[in-house]
Amino acid sequence: MPQTSPRPVRRAAILGGNRIPFARAHGAYARASNQDMLTATLDGLVARFGLAGERMGEVVAGAVLKHSRDFNLTRESVLGSQLDPHTPAYDVQQACGTGLEAAILVANKIALGQVEAGIAGGTDTASDAPIAVSEGLRQTLLAANRAKTLPDRLKALASLRPADLVPAIPQNVEPRTGLSMGEHMALTAEEWGVTRAEQDELAAASHRHLAAAYDRGFFDDLVTPYLGVTRDNNLRPDSTVEQLGKLRTVFGRGPDATMTAGNSTPLTDGASAVLLASEEWAAEHRLSPLAWFVDAETAAVDYVHGHEGLLMAPAYAVPRLLARNGLTLQDFDFYEIHEAFAATVLALLKAWEDPRFSKERLGLDAPLGSIDRARLNVTGSSLATGHPFAATGGRIVATLAKLLHEKKQQDPGRTVRGLISICAAGGQGVTAILEA
Amino acid sequence: MPDLFTTLITSPLAKKAGVPQPTRLRRYEPGGPLCEGPVLVAGTGPYVAPLRQWLGAAGLALAETSDAATDRLGAVVVDLSDATDPGQLGLLKSLAPAVKKLRTNGRVVVVGTDPATLEDPAHVATQRALEGFVRSLGKELRAGATANHVLVGGEASDGLRSAVGFFLSGRSAYVDGQVVRVDATRGGNPNEERPLDGKVAVVTGAARGIGAEIARVLARDGATVIAVDVPAAGEALARVANEVHGTALLLDVTAPEAGAAIVEHARSRHGGIDIVVHNAGITRDKLFVNMDDSRWDSVMDVNLRSILRMNEALLGPDGLGGGGRMVCLSSMAGIAGNRGQTNYAASKAGVIGLVTATAEDVTERSITVNGVAPGFIETEMTARIPFATREIGRRMNSLQQGGTPRDVAETIAWLVQPGSAAVNGQVVRVCGQSMLGA
Ligand SMILES: NC(=O)c1ccc[n+]([C@@H]2O[C@H](COP(=O)([O-])OP(=O)(O)OC[C@H]3O[C@@H](n4cnc5c(N)ncnc54)[C@H](O)[C@@H]3O)[C@@H](O)[C@H]2O)c1
Repeated sequence: MPQTSPRPVRRAAILGGNRIPFARAHGAYARASNQDMLTATLDGLVARFGLAGERMGEVVAGAVLKHSRDFNLTRESVLGSQLDPHTPAYDVQQACGTGLEAAILVANKIALGQVEAGIAGGTDTASDAPIAVSEGLRQTLLAANRAKTLPDRLKALASLRPADLVPAIPQNVEPRTGLSMGEHMALTAEEWGVTRAEQDELAAASHRHLAAAYDRGFFDDLVTPYLGVTRDNNLRPDSTVEQLGKLRTVFGRGPDATMTAGNSTPLTDGASAVLLASEEWAAEHRLSPLAWFVDAETAAVDYVHGHEGLLMAPAYAVPRLLARNGLTLQDFDFYEIHEAFAATVLALLKAWEDPRFSKERLGLDAPLGSIDRARLNVTGSSLATGHPFAATGGRIVATLAKLLHEKKQQDPGRTVRGLISICAAGGQGVTAILEA
Repeated sequence: MPDLFTTLITSPLAKKAGVPQPTRLRRYEPGGPLCEGPVLVAGTGPYVAPLRQWLGAAGLALAETSDAATDRLGAVVVDLSDATDPGQLGLLKSLAPAVKKLRTNGRVVVVGTDPATLEDPAHVATQRALEGFVRSLGKELRAGATANHVLVGGEASDGLRSAVGFFLSGRSAYVDGQVVRVDATRGGNPNEERPLDGKVAVVTGAARGIGAEIARVLARDGATVIAVDVPAAGEALARVANEVHGTALLLDVTAPEAGAAIVEHARSRHGGIDIVVHNAGITRDKLFVNMDDSRWDSVMDVNLRSILRMNEALLGPDGLGGGGRMVCLSSMAGIAGNRGQTNYAASKAGVIGLVTATAEDVTERSITVNGVAPGFIETEMTARIPFATREIGRRMNSLQQGGTPRDVAETIAWLVQPGSAAVNGQVVRVCGQSMLGA
């Protein structure tokens, strides 16, 4: 009997995750490629869940800094891993939202019954970044390649200027404004009056929380060591507000600048992956869901002409997500707000508390209000772990799923919820709700 | 990679110069014959006929008498378990021509009665004499041949078959001059080629060395393996777990909750545990008078106390059930002692005590607990020993070579078979009959 009518939507479960420790760029993973790191991360996940030789519905991952030769990065990583080579894969790229967007895609296919189980992930290396040739050299080489005869070819090559030989190293710069992400953030921080003290406080808490989580073994089933690194090596367990207060500012201008290397994320290398599945697949494989993927919302802001901060898109995504699910900002046990910069988190929180912003920009009668700060990034976030762009989403989804599972075990009587917010280049923001 | 010294003394030139050359040992391959034939089964005991019948059914040629046999022999099995007077041991002497005819990697297995079950002094003495015979013959045999001793307690046909089968097969390649006692417990392997089919096995310290090889061999024999190691060894552990299509569980065996965590993982993911191999172990060598507390404490904690602690959960209500098997890694140092290893030897001798006592506790639940004491095994650990010391360590045994992690793993894989139900509370040395210790 054909069954072509739409199937009921099902819940997608998060069964667990794996990542390699994140490492500061040009350090421990300097010689590892995106593919190396993603493959190792997949293999760690496969080992943790006994998936060797298993055919998954799909693997979705990506990288922000990507070589052109890596056009099939995820599929190549799958082929190098212990997964069944019959596992399809594709790449996605949405700047720092890549990892979370990958998880949304897999969860949605599971919900629709198109796949039973999948892996979402991301990898990024700032050490092994692609270096492009200059536009002049590129045009010249293409012209020489098109030329049919040797003299024509030489003529084409002769047009080369010395300046054309300077390579173009990728920069963390918005193409439409020419400003770096940090400079953009500095503008927003100033607009929202985010103080240096607040930022340093948040950064110190991030390190403190991450160290404590490692110490209690929280990451034992979330992280697999790689190339001799066993913990995120950006972590400074004894980092204090006093020490952070001594650092000089690196973004923003003048005496009012507040952003330092201590309250901004460093360039980092790493990879992460999350295992998602239908309830049936999980049961067949004797795996118990840590949490469920409830919903997601992505927003974008016009930071070029629209006077909104580059990293403020989650401020718009979250109210839409809450409204759709009939929830308030206070209905969460955990908040995972990606710390691109300490100021990003603080500006978002201020925006949600601000009546004028809520009315004028969000069109809401009342602001979303404030959150219980004790529930924010409780096992640390990007300021301490570092931020290999596409790997951050997977890190957060797996971490939050485990936190929710722990909470649910202590308090089995009620639904526990977590909110994820990740800002991304290009004025975008990806947000999601998990529950257990 | 062999070092220069090894290359030199194993070179054709060295061979000519008379440096004794180690024989390439015959090692077990699934599906291969139990041992090379023909096998001579001799003696006066009650097991002669059943052993002949069983070996014949296993497809081995049987030699009738040692004199008439013109062929070389693969093995000689002697049952003197009925002997009550030392005079009856003279029969052994009649086997000398047969022993002379043993092939490379030949086998001698002597079956006796466990003296501990006897009372009459002449009877006890006669049976005990067999052990001295076996241990000496082991030292005389050449070319990879071994001599081992099976002690029977009660009407132990299943146990006898399991132990004789082990000693004849390539699984026991590096086991020489050993005594194994079998009791009357019944049990067989439903599937001889995959004796561990459907079993769930936990192996601690599985990221590398002997533990990684145990994981591979148990998986080859059909088990689903849960590979356990410290979080810092996670990368290597993932490789092993994936290779054997098992699962990796990162935990420190000294953590208070380690036993419970293993039980929980095994229950939820695999429905239970059938086999536990306590392999994780460390050395922190120092002469006793110079030893600091941390060396002493860490070795005791990892090698001994963690096993005691974990066993509360592993042998608790949700742990090993009927038919369960546990093997603990001891060491030659725990039997013979070793300079610079007071901490290690104490912990490994402690393991022997633990095995004996625990085996008695759980026997009525049809669980067995045994120990394996490796001698000189070629691992990363022993590769770091300076070459002269290493060469001596390697050669100071009847087989004149070091063992491989595989040899240790094969012995463990035998002990945990369903068919080894009659082997309980034993410590089997995998040492090529080392000259150190008993
Ligand atoms: N190699 C030999 O010649 C030899 C001889 C006699 C006995 N043994 C015994 O055999 C066993 C394996 O030895 P090996 O040579 O393979 O050693 P190895 O050092 O190569 O491997 C031991 C493994 O145990 C793990 N381990 C250590 N402490 C742990 C802990 N607290 N929790 C979980 N895992 C832990 C290690 O990470 C390592 O992967 C040990 O018990 C050892 O004492 C070895």
